[in-house]
Amino acid sequence: MANAIKQVINEVAEKVKMPSTPTRLRDLIRQIRAARTAAEERAVVNKECAYIRASFREEDSQWRCRNVAKLLYIHMLGYPAHFGQLECLNLIASPRFTDKRIGYLGAMLLLDERQDIHVLITNSLKNDLNNPVQFIVGLALCTLGAIASPEMSRDLASEVERLLKSTNAYLRKKAALCAFRIIGKVPELMEMFLPATRSLISDKNHGVLITGVTLIIEMCERSPDTLIHFKKEHREVVPSLVRILKNLIMAGYSPEHDVSGVSDPFLQVKILRLLRVLGHNDAEASEAMNDILAQVATNTETSKNVGNAILYETVLSIMHIKSESGLRVLAVNILGRFLLNSDKNIRYVALNTLLRTVHADNSAVQRHRATILECLKDPDVSIKRRALELSFALINGSNIRAMMKELLAFLEKSDAEFKAQCSSGIVSATERFSPNRRWHVDTLLRVLIAAGNFLRDDVVSNTIQIVSESTSLQGYAVGQLWRAVSCSSGSLQHDGQPGDLDLQGASLPISERQPLAQVASWCLGEYGDSLINGHTNASEQEEPVVAGEDEVVDFIQAILSSSQSTIVTKQYALTALTKLSTRFSITVGRIEDIVTNFGTHLNVELQQRGIEYAQLFTKHVALRPAIMERIPPMEHKQSHQGLTNGSSGGNVVSNGDDDMLMDDLNSFTTTNITSHSAPATKDSNSLLNLLGGLDNFDNGPAPMVTSSKASTAPSASNLDLLDLLGGLDLSGSTTLSSAPPPITTPIGSTSSSLVNNNLANLLSSPTTQMSAAIPPSSNFLIDGFLGTAPTSPPKLQNVTAYDKNGLRVDFSFDRPVDNPNLVIVTLTASSLYGSTLSDFLFQAAVPKTFQLQMMPASSTVINSGIPVTQVMRILNPARAVLKMRIKLSFSRDGMTIQDQDEVKNLPAALWQ
Amino acid sequence: MMQFMLLFSRQGKLRLQKWYSAQPDKAKKKITRDLVATILTRKPKMCSFLEWRELKIVYKRYASLYFCCAIEQSDNELLTLEIIHRYVELLDKYFGSVCELDIIFNFEKAYFMLDELMLGGEVQETSKKNVLKAIAAQDLLQEEETPQGFFEDHGLG
Repeated sequence: MANAIKQVINEVAEKVKMPSTPTRLRDLIRQIRAARTAAEERAVVNKECAYIRASFREEDSQWRCRNVAKLLYIHMLGYPAHFGQLECLNLIASPRFTDKRIGYLGAMLLLDERQDIHVLITNSLKNDLNNPVQFIVGLALCTLGAIASPEMSRDLASEVERLLKSTNAYLRKKAALCAFRIIGKVPELMEMFLPATRSLISDKNHGVLITGVTLIIEMCERSPDTLIHFKKEHREVVPSLVRILKNLIMAGYSPEHDVSGVSDPFLQVKILRLLRVLGHNDAEASEAMNDILAQVATNTETSKNVGNAILYETVLSIMHIKSESGLRVLAVNILGRFLLNSDKNIRYVALNTLLRTVHADNSAVQRHRATILECLKDPDVSIKRRALELSFALINGSNIRAMMKELLAFLEKSDAEFKAQCSSGIVSATERFSPNRRWHVDTLLRVLIAAGNFLRDDVVSNTIQIVSESTSLQGYAVGQLWRAVSCSSGSLQHDGQPGDLDLQGASLPISERQPLAQVASWCLGEYGDSLINGHTNASEQEEPVVAGEDEVVDFIQAILSSSQSTIVTKQYALTALTKLSTRFSITVGRIEDIVTNFGTHLNVELQQRGIEYAQLFTKHVALRPAIMERIPPMEHKQSHQGLTNGSSGGNVVSNGDDDMLMDDLNSFTTTNITSHSAPATKDSNSLLNLLGGLDNFDNGPAPMVTSSKASTAPSASNLDLLDLLGGLDLSGSTTLSSAPPPITTPIGSTSSSLVNNNLANLLSSPTTQMSAAIPPSSNFLIDGFLGTAPTSPPKLQNVTAYDKNGLRVDFSFDRPVDNPNLVIVTLTASSLYGSTLSDFLFQAAVPKTFQLQMMPASSTVINSGIPVTQVMRILNPARAVLKMRIKLSFSRDGMTIQDQDEVKNLPAALWQ
Repeated sequence: MMQFMLLFSRQGKLRLQKWYSAQPDKAKKKITRDLVATILTRKPKMCSFLEWRELKIVYKRYASLYFCCAIEQSDNELLTLEIIHRYVELLDKYFGSVCELDIIFNFEKAYFMLDELMLGGEVQETSKKNVLKAIAAQDLLQEEETPQGFFEDHGLG
């Protein structure tokens, strides 16, 4: 009780003691700066805020100005200051200039157009816009220009229009920019300002001129009608702009507007921009400005940034209007000169601009190729990135060899972030412009060697594709790959002679080059025999690369046993090794040992592969040569399909057309075959035997294949296994019956295609697909298997996530077997109406229970016919219903389009 | 059109912020935090431009202060450097070899100066003389309102 009384007394005493004058702004800043810790600062600020609040409550008008000023400082430090909003309005309403000045400053900082308080401020603004003191009108205009909302714009437009015609230049210029803001908010109000606007560009005052030009630019860009109005009604607009510009560059030194020897660069740049708007797609207007653009381009002093700012704007205008070809060359040459400038900002601007013009004036830009390539060595990453993009845009059939040399050198030295982009760029460029197959293969191999682990998966599948297609170069490729891997793995010796292809830079260990190891494994598996026979030279003159069987098996064994190899690489290697058992003679025993050992591997996928392949050495040894037959050359397909194929080394389910077979073959041996007749019971039995027996089925979910069960399989299952080969050879057809197996087998058309399906799974790479077309009438036993087999996710339909504004985004889905909680979504963004979409940015949001990882898009530019792909990995540990919101932005024809949407039609199979 | 201008110190302390397009407070804070962090980690030899969301960021360091502007795609980044420089020149003339402390203790003056150079994100005056004249006249108005000797206690102080 006593304590409470004491406290009350103390509080009263505090209040009485409260200084008659509040802390001055300067002292508060000092106090805050003296605070040594964040907590101390917070204490000072909280105390002061409490005081300011109290003072606001008491409606103390004497110190209001000082208190708001302090609050603004506190606001800048990041503390909440919204309680000062009303006080700002009170200050604005005060007759004192000091109060108004701080009040308007506070209004600009504490309010923005989202605040409801605007109704209140509109009245004050209206009053002040009619104030006789120009500076008070100025403050009101300045505030209106910063925070005008659509409602305020409507309410105050007529005041602004009146001031636009004021005799006072100080007010005219401010009113012009207010009008600029107002028509940005409410374009319909434009008409009202039109009459007064035209006279602005006849003004003598530079402030009025520049704001007038700014206003006209805004009007013309917002409304095509206004653009026409300025062109037709005021034919003299272009000539008068030209006159102003001419006066600026020809007139002598004027100290008022001089910037390092250039007369009013701000005004010059604005006029150049307006000329660009007026001359766009208008031959007559362009003709009228050709001369002055040439004059500006040649007469501008370029030793300083300011001159280059004007030249840069001139170049943009020349590129944008219908200018003479000579002028365009001049413009590109200015950019070429920029590239040699010692100022990095100017080099950056030049690269950026060249990138924009390269499609229109490719030959002119080509002349600066050497300089552009030089920029790849720039220490600044932003310049490097631009130079890289530009280099890829410059590649054509005639310069690809020289360009590639530079780009490969860049790839070797560059940082990780560039390696992925650069290697994918090289892959697509070689695909389009390779002079010959040999060169193409060489380049792809170089990329694999130089980029290490920083490759996108598409490069692996693309390289395998190219090697497979080029039947005459398969042996050569194996030879070169062998040289690359045997010098980079270090432990292995090779006695091959150096050929044309310089792979000696390969010093990284193979664990840092998983993609190379994957391609090498695949090629060794397919064509390893040519390495033994020495058929690895592309022509008679070259010395072939030769290796012994043991060396090859050593190499693959090293990959398989290395803890640094990824599971995918090991899968490639294990399959390769099994294939080699049919191509090699003396090492078959070793291979069998290695493969059999994998039957106990910790990784389920590898274990399954090990057991299955081991069967091919014991029970089904007779089948091995046929099963491991060489894969026929893959048919050519578009690179973008390769891209979609490439997430985590697995397949992405495509939409089930004929193309799919090729997709599958590309990443190994999966096939999809649909059944046309119910399978015979005997067949299913043998199938189930192979897969673990009926017992397992009866017990519910069948786990992985166990070898003990498999060993009881009757020999009849041989027949089914053989059918798999039929599937493998089935290029182009999806039904077994329409393409009889090319291998002589005792089983005929009675075979069960489902067996094929499952066996196909056995041999497939990590992710496998089941055909969705399995008829419902199929044998229940098989159904049971399908329902429980962990390796057969349901087929996932593609979904169109977005189809608007000339952009279509399709999703395809994949759920890797080894992680059923993971959904890999590959999005394919394509441009619909033949236009090029740039600055493509795709963002997605999922509920919090999910984890979303976005991979970089294959490009930010979507050319028509060349879709862009991007991979999202969604982890769904709770197996919750997947919802997704997407946000897209891209530019089409210079217009930025932003949109967001919810993806509604996601298949339920994604989370079940 | 300029979207916003930020002044911050080498320690990352915000010294001035001017927003020409409406943003919720939260967004402003996030943008400031992101940009300050990005720019402070850039090496001096890197160029002054950044691509950031759909905007172009132009920044320049003067002594201990960074001046950072966000402009639109169609704006001229080289000229934006000139605008920044013009602003620094004006502050320098006004304060007499300006330093960070001048801007800390007279932040409102720095805002007033910016508001005479730019309006609504566009340049409104290209003559240094005119800007300084307008500021001087307004300062005078303020002084006339405050009785002599009374200013220290009753003005902003």
